[in-house]
Amino acid sequence: MRLCDVVGHTVATAKHPAFEGRTMLVCQPLDADLRPIGPVLLAVDRVQAGIGDRVLINQEGNGSRQMLGAPGGKLPIRSVIVGIVDRVDRAHEASPASARDAAELTPRGAPG
Amino acid sequence: MYLGRVVGTCVATQKVDGLTGIKLLLVQPLDRDQSPSGRVEVAVDTVRAGAAELVWLVGAREAAHALEEAFVPIDAAIVGIVDDLTVGEAR
Repeated sequence: MRLCDVVGHTVATAKHPAFEGRTMLVCQPLDADLRPIGPVLLAVDRVQAGIGDRVLINQEGNGSRQMLGAPGGKLPIRSVIVGIVDRVDRAHEASPASARDAAELTPRGAPG
Repeated sequence: MYLGRVVGTCVATQKVDGLTGIKLLLVQPLDRDQSPSGRVEVAVDTVRAGAAELVWLVGAREAAHALEEAFVPIDAAIVGIVDDLTVGEAR
């Protein structure tokens, strides 16, 4: 999952039926120091997040399908906002543990 | 899922069976200020998007889920046309 800041929202009339009635938010991924990193992504909101919220995004289809009510079925949705983050604590020392945490927060994998 | 701008069309006559009758568009992925981000890619259109339109796409395995036939070899699909995009500052 990725830490992101919600930075915007979209309005769309023509969309795939799977997006009907869903809120799509524009999210800026953050690095281990909570600074913006990489291009923005779009995610379906499940937690009533808004612009300025720091959120947790699941970027994987299987979990998203289960959450959005299509387990085992077809759903062209990959990124879902699954939580609003209250606080992030991070060790400041460059200990092996914090280096590992930083690696966890580094973006990887396919877009979208 | 990510933002993109339609920058062209792509025609392929000979393709795998599942892709017959499917419209392919060239799309430039965009960043928050709608500046180009990464390389132009070919995406399947499911919403009748047109030239120069701002769209959103889904990537990876879920792209194929946008089509009737779920087992087609595609990794990007246009699933929405963006009418209005509001982007503020990161906190």
